[in-house]
Amino acid sequence: MGADTEVTALPERSIELPDGISAFIEEWKDKPGNLIMVLHRVQEYYGYVPRDVAFEVAARLDVPLAKIYGVITFYHFFKLRKPGRHQIAVCMGTACYLKGGEDLIKELETILGIGLNQTTADGEFSIEAVRCVGCCGLAPVLTVDGEVYGRLTKDQLAGIIAKHRGG
Amino acid sequence: MAYSQYVLVCAGTACESCRSAEIVRRLQAGVRARGLEGSVQVVRTGCFGFCAQGPVVKVLPGDHFYAQVKPEDAEEIVEEHLAKGRPVQRLLYRAPGRAAGAAAELPFYQKQFRIVLRNCGVIDPENIREYIAREGYAGLERALFEMTPDDVIEELRKSGLRGRGGAGYPTWKKWVFSKEAPANPKYIICNADEGDPGAYMDRSTLEGDPHSILEAMAIAGRTVGAQQGYIYIRAEYPLAIRRLEIAIRQAREAGLLGRDILGSGFDFDVELRLGAGAFVCGEETALIASIEGRRGMPVPRPPYPAVRGLWGKPTVINNVETLANIPVILLKGGDWFGSIGTPTSKGTKVFALTGKVNNSGLIEVPMGTTLREIIFDIGGGIKGGRRFKAAQTGGPSGGVIPEAYLDTPIDYESLAELGSIMGSGGLIVMDEDDCIVDVNKFYLEFTVDESCGKCAPCRIGGRTMYNLLTKITEGRGSVADIEQLHAVAHAMQKASLCGLGQTAPNPVLSSLRHFGEEYRIHIKDRRCPSGRCKALVTYSILPDKCIGCTLCARRCPVNCISGERRKAHVIDATRCIKCGECYEACKFGAVLRA
Ligand SMILES: Cc1cc2nc3c(=O)[nH]c(=O)nc-3n(C[C@H](O)[C@H](O)[C@H](O)COP(=O)(O)O)c2cc1C
Ligand code: SF4
Ligand code: SF4
Ligand code: FES
Repeated sequence: MGADTEVTALPERSIELPDGISAFIEEWKDKPGNLIMVLHRVQEYYGYVPRDVAFEVAARLDVPLAKIYGVITFYHFFKLRKPGRHQIAVCMGTACYLKGGEDLIKELETILGIGLNQTTADGEFSIEAVRCVGCCGLAPVLTVDGEVYGRLTKDQLAGIIAKHRGG
Repeated sequence: MAYSQYVLVCAGTACESCRSAEIVRRLQAGVRARGLEGSVQVVRTGCFGFCAQGPVVKVLPGDHFYAQVKPEDAEEIVEEHLAKGRPVQRLLYRAPGRAAGAAAELPFYQKQFRIVLRNCGVIDPENIREYIAREGYAGLERALFEMTPDDVIEELRKSGLRGRGGAGYPTWKKWVFSKEAPANPKYIICNADEGDPGAYMDRSTLEGDPHSILEAMAIAGRTVGAQQGYIYIRAEYPLAIRRLEIAIRQAREAGLLGRDILGSGFDFDVELRLGAGAFVCGEETALIASIEGRRGMPVPRPPYPAVRGLWGKPTVINNVETLANIPVILLKGGDWFGSIGTPTSKGTKVFALTGKVNNSGLIEVPMGTTLREIIFDIGGGIKGGRRFKAAQTGGPSGGVIPEAYLDTPIDYESLAELGSIMGSGGLIVMDEDDCIVDVNKFYLEFTVDESCGKCAPCRIGGRTMYNLLTKITEGRGSVADIEQLHAVAHAMQKASLCGLGQTAPNPVLSSLRHFGEEYRIHIKDRRCPSGRCKALVTYSILPDKCIGCTLCARRCPVNCISGERRKAHVIDATRCIKCGECYEACKFGAVLRA
């Protein structure tokens, strides 16, 4: 973390980056091809890539903002909008598709009253579809904040949501 | 210290999700409570492969195999089995119709042969010493001290090893191109992007045996003259990433990565680079663009990456499974490896066996094994006694194989002849409830979504094919659509820039070849035999079978079933949303799906 002091001493930043991210940028600054790794770090912290942070990253890495947005929009993993406090990711890989992944999405949409890639009004939950989380033997599968639930049936979903709500 | 008993607990992603970490904690606590820690070792291993029955716990000696273990079961295993030597009968796995037996004798394992997965489910992947104890890094040692780079290439040539990432290109040739390319520095990349949705071979290998990949990359570096390696891995694989980070740290500390490896004067290091959810980045030129921090757009080849790759320098790109074979080849020799398999395809292949099969999981078989052996002997047949319909290999770039060809010995060539491909190892079993047209629409939706959009044949062709399939599944298809599917498919195969667009039509072409009749039924009879295409099915109630139990009426989400108790019920077809709830609910077979 030794690099922080130099970084915070730099003039006129639109936003203060948290220490962890600053240190990470310093560590990666001179490595070629660092942008995607830095964006991963940013999203890990904020859950998405906030606009002012993207500005700041552009300045620190000395790359045009357009390039940053070019990269963010190309890769499905990066989000531009804040997701729910709990992120539900339903697997729509082939194994899960065959075993009814779509039905899980529909049921979640009914329970939460939102569609895919939307967030509930209270900011608690968002739903997205992802490609294969690598537990196909347990299909159909979903994850909540990275925790895997497998061999699911529709009637288990309400319980899973209740478990995470407020948690 | 020698232990007299070992308890191996699967800590792969699938089993971790079933709380295998808690099982380990409880086992360890039980062992300590009984003062057995001097004689019993509890080890968290990589995937055993038998994912459908996870979490799996194995006890040695005796090879006792416990399946679907719950944390609450840990005490009993410790008390009865470890302390008193009485295996817990109730938890031992029994294959249908058989008595419980040693793990190696289970039908699931009998036809398997493990080279790539040699350490998965055997060692603790977070402990380099366990890898070394199983001859780990001995292959690298040979490459450093006993063999010249040309010797290594000669062993690979004799082994006949071909790329496991999909295309099956001979590995030794790739290495020769890089070795002989004049430019410097050179790079080694491990492709761990594993894009095929529904496949997890590489994930399990990395989680269960990360050092085998590091060792192979160092061997590759030594052979072609590279000092830096990158592992390009999906960000969606957090456990594999963590295990790799641990492995890299341990290897550096042990002097097996970094400067002057084992005093040989050879420097080599490995860094991780994370993917970000773009299938096209599995393609090697797109992958390079992504490591360079750019949008992952493919560029035309040649020049091939082996000659002009990362930052314009010679770069060997190999798949995870390809690499995992290499340390073993150096130890046991290319001739040994070349004695396994078929004339054109040597060694083994790992498959993620999934879909409608009883024992879904991760398997490794010699090349030349038949699909029937895989699905029925290892996989235990089709779930719920349904009828086998097709096996899909190669994911969105592959194709379907019908029952008539189940006895084909699989290798690169035989699968290509059937209109599919070996692919990276996804093997998805479909039964009579799956609709071929619908599944192909799913694959095309995937490739359309994942097309980078750079070239028109893929961007426009894929969309056109998807729209045609949608038309057919919605009952608006015509015979001319089939011809158009063929025409667009051929254009895409010929004119697309990269492998994604060139192979995207494969699933449709292969299914038209083997299941053309099913397409025609959708088009001419406006019917979907499996009942999967909603627009083409109607639900009604057979009055003579309905006893009026009211179950369906209570389950219908839109309340469109009416009828009095103990009298035949009726569905209002105009309001029915075809959800199928009533069909599943009725215990008397009175709901008709047609
Ligand atoms: C669209 C597309 C996706 C690919 N995805 C992967 C992948 O996920 N993993 C992989 O190892 N190879 C993938 N490949 C193949 C790679 O381009 C490359 O051939 C392979 O990594 C070479 O390694 P090998 O010779 O060891 O197989 C893909 C190719 C294409 C065209
Ligand atoms: S074939 Fe598809 S994925 Fe490949 S370069 Fe063309 S548009 Fe991009
Ligand atoms: S298919 Fe669904 S909507 Fe239609 S009658 Fe049955 S339960 Fe109701
Ligand atoms: S397809 Fe869902 S986990 Fe692989």
